[in-house]
Amino acid sequence: MQPFTYAPVADAAGAAARALQGASFIAGGTDMLQLLQEGVAQPAELADINRLPLQGITEDADGAIRIGALTRLQDAADDARLREAFPVVTEALDLTASPMVRHMATVGGNLLQRTRCLYFRDVSTPCNKRLPGSGCSALDGENRHNAILGGSEHCIAVQPSDLPVALISVDAEVQIQHADGAERWVPVEDFHRLPGDTPQIETVLRQGDVILGLRIPAHARGRRSHYVKVRDRASFSWALASAAVALRLDEGGRVTEARIAVGGVATKPWRLPRVEQELLGVRLDRDRARLAAVWAAEGAVTRSGNAFKQPLLQRTVERAIIEAGELA
Amino acid sequence: MPPEPAQSFAVTLRVNGQSFETEIDARTTLLDALRDRLHLTGTKKGCALGQCGACTVLLDGKRVVSCLMLAAMAEGREVTTIEGLARGDELHPVQAAFVEHDAFQCGYCTPGQIMSAVGAIREGRAGSDDEIREQLSGNLCRCGAYANIVAAVRDAATREA
Ligand SMILES: Cc1cc2nc3c(=O)[nH]c(=O)nc-3n(C[C@H](O)[C@H](O)[C@H](O)COP(=O)(O)OP(=O)(O)OC[C@H]3O[C@@H](n4cnc5c(N)ncnc54)[C@H](O)[C@@H]3O)c2cc1C
Ligand code: SF4
Ligand code: FES
Ligand code: FES
Repeated sequence: MQPFTYAPVADAAGAAARALQGASFIAGGTDMLQLLQEGVAQPAELADINRLPLQGITEDADGAIRIGALTRLQDAADDARLREAFPVVTEALDLTASPMVRHMATVGGNLLQRTRCLYFRDVSTPCNKRLPGSGCSALDGENRHNAILGGSEHCIAVQPSDLPVALISVDAEVQIQHADGAERWVPVEDFHRLPGDTPQIETVLRQGDVILGLRIPAHARGRRSHYVKVRDRASFSWALASAAVALRLDEGGRVTEARIAVGGVATKPWRLPRVEQELLGVRLDRDRARLAAVWAAEGAVTRSGNAFKQPLLQRTVERAIIEAGELA
Repeated sequence: MPPEPAQSFAVTLRVNGQSFETEIDARTTLLDALRDRLHLTGTKKGCALGQCGACTVLLDGKRVVSCLMLAAMAEGREVTTIEGLARGDELHPVQAAFVEHDAFQCGYCTPGQIMSAVGAIREGRAGSDDEIREQLSGNLCRCGAYANIVAAVRDAATREA
């Protein structure tokens, strides 16, 4: 680890001011410590934001649910209101990391987890995301875990977080405060950016921004929602493919609203508008689920090691629709 | 903790009910502080990346991996390590169950397994074999003692319940 200085900060304004001076934040530390250990992150200063009053879950009068940025993943998973209203979110958290990591990791930090691409985390290899212009080792290398959707010739790294995939299916937004005090809301769907020719820029955050929290709007209540995650082992692993499905059905069993997002396969948490469209207005059955899920891999570009993700993605989406619709 | 950004500073850590003051470099993880500063070597270092669970301790009663935490961030919190479980010569029920069920071979993962099991039982998440397997999935055992680990945790959980 390179030397750095450390100090806690007391409030969001103080944190943002330190960031403008070049400090990096540390919250749960579960990704930051890995990046420090591996020499990928070399901050001059770490500002510990754990004293900011951003922990906990509250419910607005209109039924929206707010989750503070410093809420630990396990505390969010254990929140009865969240589980009741938006099971897709708590299911995604149940399947995230290990109990130890969930006790430490924060929801804000989870949105900013860096890719698990082997080369990004190995400083001895070229990687455009870590060192812009150095090349992408994954294109013709060990790319079994890399993306089939949203990649560019510069980077095909997967954004590996489960939580934002689930959050997209319930129309959640991120609350951000800038150093100048201005606050803004960004839909989770628009929070991450495609790699294009600047894979080092991963989100819409600017230097001096602090994530304050998340909000899931009341209008997303009442959808049947569900998260399915497929991985190399039964537990404690990042997704090879995952799907978050939220559906509203009328009395006749017809789909009146559909939100579907997938993880493990794309360079950002990935929404599937075409699959949603295929479901709208139809009376859900297993055949419909299968036919709609075929569109999940629309536009997929596969490489030497990750072609298996195309059928895996389609079947993961199919299974998630079937289970969300209770057709199993 | 330093009031202004600093590269080294004094911290006071509360471990197993005792306070320790020590001068550390900002980069020191809680794991390294426990082992190298406080000489509590029961907590093991495996991967140093959060992936094996050998370094599991309780922080304010909850399981964490001490390799992914800066020692400075543990100031003001209560840390419990494997050394803090026994009451004098009397083993903690989970420790006793590990001995009884032969739940280890080389023993390297064992302190982490036990701390994780203590946490899982306290959280009320050790109700069935499947739940125990899932709850201890962050604790890897290279010797593959898993079957006996599950039996030991099940036994301890029923006795404590
Ligand atoms: C072994 C292991 C397995 C894992 N498995 C999974 C998995 O299956 N699924 C999954 O989704 N994740 C998984 N993770 C990743 C884990 O969920 C993330 O590391 C964690 O959520 C990051 O949160 P943190 O609070 O620890 O972030 P930190 O490491 O503290 O910070 C991460 C980044 O976010 C920034 N940051 C944090 N909070 C804020 C804020 N409020 N405002 C602005 N910037 C902020 C920091 O500056 C830093 O750049 C795993 C991690 C480990 C170690
Ligand atoms: S895929 Fe992206 S992160 Fe991986 S080596 Fe290529 S540029 Fe780096
Ligand atoms: S040493 Fe901490 S999890 Fe492996
Ligand atoms: S007993 Fe040897 S690693 Fe578990």
